[in-house]
Amino acid sequence: MAREKPLPSRVLALGATSAIAEATLRLLAERGASFFLVARNAAKLAAVRDDLVTRGAQGAAVCVLDLDKTDAHPAMLQQAITTLGGIDLALLAHGVLGNQAEAQRDFQAAHHVLHTNFVSAVSLVNLLANYFEGERRGVLAVISSVAGDRGRKSNYIYGASKAGLDVVLQGVRHRLHGTGVQVLTIKPGFVATPMTAHLPPGPLFAPAARVARDIISAIQHRKSVLYTPGFWAPIMFAVRNLPTRLFHKTNM
Amino acid sequence: MSKAKGRPRFESWGRYPVLQAEVVPLHWTTDFPLKRPPNGKQLPVGLGRSYGDVCLLEDGTLLDTTGMDRLLGFDGATGVLRCEAGVSLQQILDFAVPRGFFLPVTPGTKFVTVGGAIANDIHGKNHHVAGSFGRHVLRFELVRSDGARFVCSPIENPDWFAATIGGMGLTGLISWAEIRLRRIVSRKIDYRGDKFHGIDEFFTLSQEAHSEYTVAWIDCISTGRNFARGIFMRGDHSHAPGPLHRSREPKLAFPFNLPAVALNRLSMAAFNTLYFHKQLGNSRVGPVDYEPFFYPLDSVLHWNRMYGRQGLLQFQNVLPHATGREGMLRILKEITKSGLASFLAVIKFFGDVPSVGMMSFPAPGVMLALDFPIRKHVSFDLVDRLAQITLDHGGRMYSAKDARMTAEQYQAFYPQWSDFARYVDPGFDSAFWQRVTGRRPIDG
Repeated sequence: MAREKPLPSRVLALGATSAIAEATLRLLAERGASFFLVARNAAKLAAVRDDLVTRGAQGAAVCVLDLDKTDAHPAMLQQAITTLGGIDLALLAHGVLGNQAEAQRDFQAAHHVLHTNFVSAVSLVNLLANYFEGERRGVLAVISSVAGDRGRKSNYIYGASKAGLDVVLQGVRHRLHGTGVQVLTIKPGFVATPMTAHLPPGPLFAPAARVARDIISAIQHRKSVLYTPGFWAPIMFAVRNLPTRLFHKTNM
Repeated sequence: MSKAKGRPRFESWGRYPVLQAEVVPLHWTTDFPLKRPPNGKQLPVGLGRSYGDVCLLEDGTLLDTTGMDRLLGFDGATGVLRCEAGVSLQQILDFAVPRGFFLPVTPGTKFVTVGGAIANDIHGKNHHVAGSFGRHVLRFELVRSDGARFVCSPIENPDWFAATIGGMGLTGLISWAEIRLRRIVSRKIDYRGDKFHGIDEFFTLSQEAHSEYTVAWIDCISTGRNFARGIFMRGDHSHAPGPLHRSREPKLAFPFNLPAVALNRLSMAAFNTLYFHKQLGNSRVGPVDYEPFFYPLDSVLHWNRMYGRQGLLQFQNVLPHATGREGMLRILKEITKSGLASFLAVIKFFGDVPSVGMMSFPAPGVMLALDFPIRKHVSFDLVDRLAQITLDHGGRMYSAKDARMTAEQYQAFYPQWSDFARYVDPGFDSAFWQRVTGRRPIDG
């Protein structure tokens, strides 16, 4: 493919210990990328760093931070830019699945999901959009979810946090159109990760490594929205367009 | 939980016995001990390539270690790799081969984890020169169910090091390990295959061979003139610099369970005859890729489905050289007499490099490994007779391949078992360990 972009070599990973992020970073490490890794848990972060360096990363700096603390975002980003000497790819991968039943009962639980997945993500997207706009290049890749495509009784609080994020990203993409900045919304379906380990496994579950390969390919091909694995695109098209009367009879 | 609950969430490669347990995935070395109290006893498991019940536990908690798959460091000068215990040998090869390194010891499948390789102290075609896997392990961390974590090596906690290598996962969870890889300059193996007729020719070839890797396929069906015919295979890593690229992912998968009737004496005999004549001349020499040399079956995922839903039994033993010829002849005669055929009978000389592990299987002598379809009573009776012959000839059987030996047989094969029992984590157990310590009846 003539239009294939070279892979990003300076990578900021937010929520670097998430399974999808880690699988994606491994592929980039094998090509010699350098990393600024942000996550809450120092021990897990160190394991991810060691793995990426062993696999071929040029370098990997770590920053232990709870990304719910939005006040800390600007300084963190500045540190990342300084450490890496600029950012080619920012991957937003932090998030929580939450528990729908609990979120319906207890607003604090709902608030936590909305804050982590939406509010703190908006803070980061703002900062990164402004940075990339100034650079007139770069990739902002954000992990959203198929759950944001339509409110369903089984997970609408989580779905709402991702739907809100999708709209923010649409707006940023509109705003940065023509600047050379790629804004990629990643919508994984069910991925076999620690976040979903308690769910019964099924044929729709994809390994994180598969999702990671799709993400790399979407970056290289300058896609805007990625359903991964690809079969989720027609499934979600059907889910979005199912007439309400029928939709209400389903048990999704 | 009962068997009525349908398909188990974890099965061993032989798919027998079928036992239900809860499976808890571990993603980080800090995930163990579990935050919430486990359901019953616990047992770490990897990719489930052991054949019997050594990786099973009824009504307990299986700790799935395959999510702990990080490489933690590699020294390109010494070849020492440090990694989490759930890293598979396939992942190590993908990493190491392009850098000019190879596994120090590999079994006939690369779909095993480092933790499983240590826990079963696996061996390969180079046993006669390299010993078993444990000899190439420098250190590992052991985590006990009470939360104690300590590093084990030949000089740090050496007794725990010896108990855990070959310790069947019972001494605690291995969280990470350091192993020493060996250098290669090419993916290629300089191969030579020689046909033999009868066990004496096999013995002569084994004594004469000087290659790093040797193994023989042996026909366990044919009688008369073709009794104990086979192909003696040897190989060495090529010294001529050659390709070092990463292997492609296997694409073929055996898609369904073959019905039981498909594997009968006739089809197996045909397979064995075809295999024998696949190599046309008496000798074949030339370079081959390491994948078909070491992992001929890995290119077909789920090949165990060939044996149908009822599964397969493996039998693997080693007899000392003094009794090896006579014992193996008796065993081969029992097998051909039973009419229970085996696709994949393998015979090899083990060397005298001592194993590090207290409960390791390999010992100097001649080793035989084969598998049978499960036909109730017929195959069970046969394996029971083979176990008895093994015992009578001063040999032993391999725990990772076994689903049938009795507590009396096991304790005779491994008289050190009661010393080993002191190292078993009080929170851990396995269906195998229950069986061979007389706490669990043998099925069937």
